[in-house]
Amino acid sequence: MAVVFEKPKMLADVPLHYCPGCTHGIIHRLVAEAIDELGVGEKTIGVAPVGCAVFAYNYFNCDMYEAAHGRAPAVATGVKRCLPDNVVFTYQGDGDLASIGTAEIVHAATRGEKITTIFVNNAIYGMTGGQMAPTTLLGQKATTAPLGRSVEKNGYPVRMSEMLATLDGPAYIARVSVHDVKHIMEAKKAIKRAFEMQIAGKGFSLVEVLSTCPTNWGMSPAEALKWLEENMIPQYPLGVKKEVE
Amino acid sequence: MAKVTFSTEACKGCGLCALACPKKIVALSGEINAKGYHPAECTKPEECIGCAFCARMCPDCVITVEK
Amino acid sequence: MARQMMKGNEAIAEAAVQAGCRYFFGYPITPQNEIPEYMSARLPEVGGAFIQAESEVAAINMVYGAAGTGARCMTSSSSPGISLKQEGISYIVGAELPCVIVNMMRGGPGLGSIQPAQSDYFQATRGGGHGDYHMVVFAPASVQEAVELTQRAFDVADQYRNPVMVLGDGIIGQMMEPVTMPDYKPRNLPEKTWAATGWKNDGSRPRAVINSLYIQAQDCEDMNKRLQKKYDEMAQNELMVETQMMEDAEYAIVAYGTTARIALTAIRQAREQGVKAGLIRPITLWPFPTETIAKAAKQVKKMLTVEMSMGQMVEDVRAAACGACPVGFYGRTGGVIPGVREIYNQIMSMKEAE
Repeated sequence: MAVVFEKPKMLADVPLHYCPGCTHGIIHRLVAEAIDELGVGEKTIGVAPVGCAVFAYNYFNCDMYEAAHGRAPAVATGVKRCLPDNVVFTYQGDGDLASIGTAEIVHAATRGEKITTIFVNNAIYGMTGGQMAPTTLLGQKATTAPLGRSVEKNGYPVRMSEMLATLDGPAYIARVSVHDVKHIMEAKKAIKRAFEMQIAGKGFSLVEVLSTCPTNWGMSPAEALKWLEENMIPQYPLGVKKEVE
Repeated sequence: MAKVTFSTEACKGCGLCALACPKKIVALSGEINAKGYHPAECTKPEECIGCAFCARMCPDCVITVEK
Repeated sequence: MARQMMKGNEAIAEAAVQAGCRYFFGYPITPQNEIPEYMSARLPEVGGAFIQAESEVAAINMVYGAAGTGARCMTSSSSPGISLKQEGISYIVGAELPCVIVNMMRGGPGLGSIQPAQSDYFQATRGGGHGDYHMVVFAPASVQEAVELTQRAFDVADQYRNPVMVLGDGIIGQMMEPVTMPDYKPRNLPEKTWAATGWKNDGSRPRAVINSLYIQAQDCEDMNKRLQKKYDEMAQNELMVETQMMEDAEYAIVAYGTTARIALTAIRQAREQGVKAGLIRPITLWPFPTETIAKAAKQVKKMLTVEMSMGQMVEDVRAAACGACPVGFYGRTGGVIPGVREIYNQIMSMKEAE
């Protein structure tokens, strides 16, 4: 018998700190698989965010940075300009990328910075305990929107992939989901494609991955997957938003 | 002939593997691991087709699949 | 290299390049714009890179990224922009990365003015951002000294893996003076085995993790204690101070940067009138020349601190004098530069008040 599935080499052999059923772990694995398959692990440098993925530097078997909240694209820019032949990625949540770090992601994208961003959108602040995120859906409850997000009080959720796809700098922008195996396989393809774009020197690449937060959504892991599919995908349509030749 | 192995102590008992299994032969065990979770297990190993859906769905890389 | 007239900001930029700085990340703000402008043209000539960042916040975080690869890099700004950089500076200290930060101070608070000031002394010497930390702060008083201190700053940064600040009042950046570029030779510095350059996993070095997060309180305290040891070493090794006419002085003027030069002219004029005044000029504001001032305080009748602020360094001077003599203060602020006559009058009134 041959092993048909095991933990990728790029993932360190340590337990992840994420809550049971949190799909961050799946996304970590997809990133690691993509880097393994492209054979670029030895020249990859990752930048972890502030938020639930703050400890990502413990999980990826490559040189890693931990950045200040929202600043990962700026940090990655500094790294890439010094080491243009290395592969540089950021791994960021929705609070990090779409709120406090909006300026950094927009400008890294429009500069066409040759980095890859994995943007994990779970529509909530996880690490700090379920506060409203820029991506929280209308009506969705959060600890700072106890009656649910309302347009009058909180405005609308932001679609980062569509916004960024309007810029000239990005080479590849896609939104994927990990709520079932079929979508996980598609997410993997998109993540690998994003890294390929960087390696080919085409420009900035980003994959937005819709993800669950069973703990702060107040659901079982299974319910959370269903909620993602039924509520998040209509607000955040899946697909490739931009891809250059 | 396929074999699925669960790293019982690493499992957080989220049950996503059971959801993903097309043969419905993955379930949470009655046992409790050191972390206090009911780890996943394969209830009918002889029916496993080695599709690795359970492993691909697992957020914690608990599952190894051989075929 | 031949002596030539150079504007302070451009001289600092060229000095940095000659000290091996290859990466610069900045954002426009008066009165330091000539540094990024110069770097944007110069760095590509030497195989480096310049980025005009979207903000000072982004610029300092680009420095964090670049410094982590082991490259010599810097940023520059002026007071309001330096406030924005404080987050990044704190992270750079926490992650133990070397870099150089230039602050060409202007009047504050708020948007303040664009004229020279020294009102960021507290921010520079107390840390500035969150958490316990220090960095060596150089305060040049001429363009030539700015050049020499900028190059020294890169060595100090690399030696201790800590950011170093060159704190100029706007005059230092804006005026032209004759400069001779030193023949730069680095100190004997440790290899940057900690840098993130891609991990081969071949046993040659551990995986690099550039990080300032220590989630366990005890680990965080241990990190602080380790950093404190570095600060103690910096204080021990990097102190710089100049004294003039202090041998027989009865009155000591304590001033730094441009203010010290104006004070020196006033001191000479007072000496012509038979008043024995002398100058103590801290060149490093952190570490502070406490012992020099403590010794002088036992010798002189009075001290006077002159600053382009409402009185910041004077607190350190008073702490150092520790009551051994009265310490007066004279300051102009908001971009107003004290004149020689004003300082002269202050010196003479110290004498008359006896």
